[in-house]
Amino acid sequence: MSTPSPANDRPKIRLRDVRKSFGSKVVLDGIDLDVGKAESLVVIGGSGSGKSVLLKCILGLLDPDSGVIEIDGQNVVGLPRAEREAFMHKFGMLFQGGALFDSLPVWENVAFGLIQGEGMDRVKAREVALTKLAQVGLGEDVSRLSPAELSGGMQKRVSLARAIATEPEIIFFDEPTTGLDPIMADVINDLIVKCVRELGATAMSITHDMASARKIADRVAMLYHGRIIWEGPVGDIDASGNDHVDQFIHGRAEGPIEMAIRRE
Amino acid sequence: MNPLARIGAAFLAFLSAIGRIGMFTATAVSHCVRPPFYANLLLRQFLEIGYYSLPVVGLTTLFTGMVLALQSYTGFSRFSAEGAVATVVVLSMTRELAPVLAGLMVAGRVGAAIAAEIGTMRVTEQIDALTTLSTNPFKYLIVPRLLGATISLPLLVLIGDIIGVFGGYLVGVYKLDFNQGAYIHSTIQYLERMDVISGLVKAAVFGFFVALMGCFHGFHSRGGAQGVGAATTNAVVSASILILIANYTITELFFAR
Ligand SMILES: Nc1ncnc2c1ncn2[C@@H]1O[C@H](COP(=O)(O)OP(=O)(O)OP(=O)(O)O)[C@@H](O)[C@H]1O
Ligand SMILES: [Mg+2]
Repeated sequence: MSTPSPANDRPKIRLRDVRKSFGSKVVLDGIDLDVGKAESLVVIGGSGSGKSVLLKCILGLLDPDSGVIEIDGQNVVGLPRAEREAFMHKFGMLFQGGALFDSLPVWENVAFGLIQGEGMDRVKAREVALTKLAQVGLGEDVSRLSPAELSGGMQKRVSLARAIATEPEIIFFDEPTTGLDPIMADVINDLIVKCVRELGATAMSITHDMASARKIADRVAMLYHGRIIWEGPVGDIDASGNDHVDQFIHGRAEGPIEMAIRRE
Repeated sequence: MNPLARIGAAFLAFLSAIGRIGMFTATAVSHCVRPPFYANLLLRQFLEIGYYSLPVVGLTTLFTGMVLALQSYTGFSRFSAEGAVATVVVLSMTRELAPVLAGLMVAGRVGAAIAAEIGTMRVTEQIDALTTLSTNPFKYLIVPRLLGATISLPLLVLIGDIIGVFGGYLVGVYKLDFNQGAYIHSTIQYLERMDVISGLVKAAVFGFFVALMGCFHGFHSRGGAQGVGAATTNAVVSASILILIANYTITELFFAR
């Protein structure tokens, strides 16, 4: 297409030839990716393949070495810090490790974006926080604890509640169901689907959990050796015709990916 | 690598560290004067840095004042100048010892705590999380600590001055049998306003350096618990060295003619 597309056709997130290295280690080696408005994209890929780095580049926590990252049609690579930070209002992020503020109680963690980012008063923000905590299956008794007093799975759920508390336009989930029991994992999957369907949010998730991927994804992209080697609708994933994808979704030790590991 | 190249590499690393500290300082200071401000966080740091450092600064200055009186008495009696004891105590305390000792004590107590806290926040991605929640980490974490330390250290030192002089008085009157009135009189007699002011200016600068080094090393810490440990050590060592260098520089600015 050479003509400029209308605003609602325009992808919410658009990446072209994004590259990122740490020293001599190439992590992202030319990523091209589009995520449409109100679409849920799941990125899969082996451990250490650069999925978290990809999210952090889009968020602006890491600066890519080169390439284009457009949010709502505006290139954000190379923008001055202050302008880059203005985009944070659109984002919510669930960090892989939780990243809860250990100096604040659970409810203030969840309400943080509302109080500090949006200037909501504390009483009201606390109510919203309790609602969000209830959605991830945590009661008022938990809300007063400090994050250090929670189990790993509970921390993850608090972190998820924090990511969606401000109802952002774009939400990143870095392994939302890792460390949860299967039932709670499904509750979280439903919650992510709800954020996309009901709030119209654009979601980009990372997961190793194929059941979760099948449930929350509209589209799936596979990251391998710094590139997107396959992407398509979630329904096509079993007939991708790509050996790497086949091996990954079936979790087989034998296949092209293992060969790559041996070579290194 | 040949030795010359090694020296060159070390020198370049040193310059780049200076550059990074300079940039960090400029960013931090620029955020001190631009809203939003977090008054409650500043208050908390004030309490944390100022109030909770009172016992350690009080004890340090008390015993320093006491030993100063004792030492100068035994020294000065060799040429019958015992009368100068009170003056020596008050001038040494206000101009040198209270600010330097309080600065070093606070570097150990507060500088280390700041580096460990911010360093842990860095390696557990809490600082990244702050950014994604539309909160600038400089404003939220660093400005309150810088201002808290810069304001509370002069107050600590003023209290330390008084306690130190009181320590000298205790030893002078109760151990060395000075006349109470005469001791107080000679304490005040030669004291100039500039003696106290220079000490307070030093304290403000030292407080700034302690918080700056804690924040800088914490903010740039890498690699888990080990990285945080290294950040803590570096914060205390670099703050202590900066305090000693700044102490000489400020003294020269105030009193050299
Ligand atoms: N700050 C950094 N400095 C240096 N190297 C880094 C940094 N962050 C990530 N890397 C490297 O980039 C690579 C990709 O890391 P990343 O965290 O994106 O992996 P991932 O795909 O999220 O893996 P996992 O599924 O295990 O979370 C890793 O090899 C890692 O060593
Ligand atoms: Mg990861």
